[in-house]
Amino acid sequence: MSDTTPHGLSLRGLTLELGSKGSAKQILRGIDLDIPAGSITGLAGESGSGKTMTGLAICGLQPAGSRLGGTISYTGPRGAAPNLLALRPRAMNALRGREIAMIFQDPTASLHPMITIEAQLTDGMRHHLHISRSEARTRALALLSRVRVPDPETALKKYPHQFSGGQLQRIAIAIALASEPSVLIADEPTTALDVTVQAGILHLLRELCDTLDLAILLVTHDLGVMSALADTVTVMRYGEVVEHGSRYQVIREPQSAYTKALIDALPHPPAENTTEGQL
Amino acid sequence: MAGQLAVRDAHVTYKLPGRRLLAAVDGVSFDLAPGEVLGLVGESGCGKSTLARAICGLEPLSSGTVTFDGQSIPTLGLRRRPAHLLRIQMVFQNPYSSLNPRRRVGDQIADGLAIAPASERSSVAQLLDDVELDRNAAGMFPHQFSGGQRQRIAIARAMGARPDILVGDEPIASLDASLQAKVATLMRDVALKNGASLLFISHDLSVVRVVADRVAVMQAGRIVETGPVASVWSAPADPYTQRLLAAIPVADGLGRLPAA
Repeated sequence: MSDTTPHGLSLRGLTLELGSKGSAKQILRGIDLDIPAGSITGLAGESGSGKTMTGLAICGLQPAGSRLGGTISYTGPRGAAPNLLALRPRAMNALRGREIAMIFQDPTASLHPMITIEAQLTDGMRHHLHISRSEARTRALALLSRVRVPDPETALKKYPHQFSGGQLQRIAIAIALASEPSVLIADEPTTALDVTVQAGILHLLRELCDTLDLAILLVTHDLGVMSALADTVTVMRYGEVVEHGSRYQVIREPQSAYTKALIDALPHPPAENTTEGQL
Repeated sequence: MAGQLAVRDAHVTYKLPGRRLLAAVDGVSFDLAPGEVLGLVGESGCGKSTLARAICGLEPLSSGTVTFDGQSIPTLGLRRRPAHLLRIQMVFQNPYSSLNPRRRVGDQIADGLAIAPASERSSVAQLLDDVELDRNAAGMFPHQFSGGQRQRIAIARAMGARPDILVGDEPIASLDASLQAKVATLMRDVALKNGASLLFISHDLSVVRVVADRVAVMQAGRIVETGPVASVWSAPADPYTQRLLAAIPVADGLGRLPAA
């Protein structure tokens, strides 16, 4: 491991093609994207722009039968891989969940309804870290209090249906963080949640990013969430990057016509807009 | 213009396992005047959709009354809905399931037209123009349209019946952020142009702010605050409304986290 390259992920010319060779459909057309450690990289775009597919491809979870091109290089505190796409399945399995974790949009769907929280939390840890059951349990308790799930002791014994959506998303984040990954892919993490609950999750993600030096890829279509959380913003359309820049630059001074249109389409009540956050 | 909706002390109760009761709507009263746009906001589980269903007669009231032009609204059974109640029309959250996938769009909009009084009847082409869709759309099937376009078709079908009241139950929740404000504004314009009032239900306060004249905030089955949109926004009186407003992330590029 060299300390000269900054930690994080780096995507170069990532392409993804679906369908048979004759009638192939280009889903990603050469994505260049850097996801550095300790910052939140936002990926915006409308549905069908390929933003979710980018997140899935990083985890090696692209749909069966799709063809990938380009490189995804990973550098972390425990090792590096020049190209995730060239890894054998066994090597990728060791990385996925261990170094690169993912949280999804709907926690009621991403958690198993018939397995206790304890089993779901400790499963990945025991597999990746080879630790004992009691050790895993101790870590699970610490994780749950880390993401501020109330009463971790009883929470471990419960099943997903016994929690609210916001609590479940916190648990899903705890599961993702169980093996201390260095990269977290968050695919629309707050879209299924109410605004007040969403605010709590946004705070949690920011805090985790800052304290654990995580590289977070935030995939969302909500530019309000993007503006609150992301440090840099990349806008995608039709599988291509149309704009990339700092949060302030992309949202306040968009360069491309498409980003301008996206921002103009937001509900814009005039005047006192700027003070709304302090209400 | 007819079309006065009055809700008085409405209660809707669901039975839970073990003889427990859940008061989904717990004593709600409000009026919807003709030509008015009322936004109903609240978080999931606050009873806003149940209230909308009760207004359309899809959910029985356990007590209280909902009256439309002085006549109370019976719960919809197996019989055809009484003619005067056809003047309340609803647009549902998910256009993927509210449109019939196997019938042409024009035919489905014509279903709406068929129940409009003959003297006020519009045409499929006119309705498609109203919702800014191409006239050729009439010959196509729902799967040939995007989510936003399908919701426009659902709005056209509802407006075809010439309703006095249009109820939108989260009509924009399944759309892309870039489409939400546009479809919501379109819904307001189409309703007002045709002389209908609009009850717009949403969890998204920033969209409600743009389309509604008056807003009612619901929490745990009750309306905690109601008033003109501008005044609720600038000076929310209820602590719950204040929390809701403070939690909205603003796209200002400043990286401010909303209050948790």
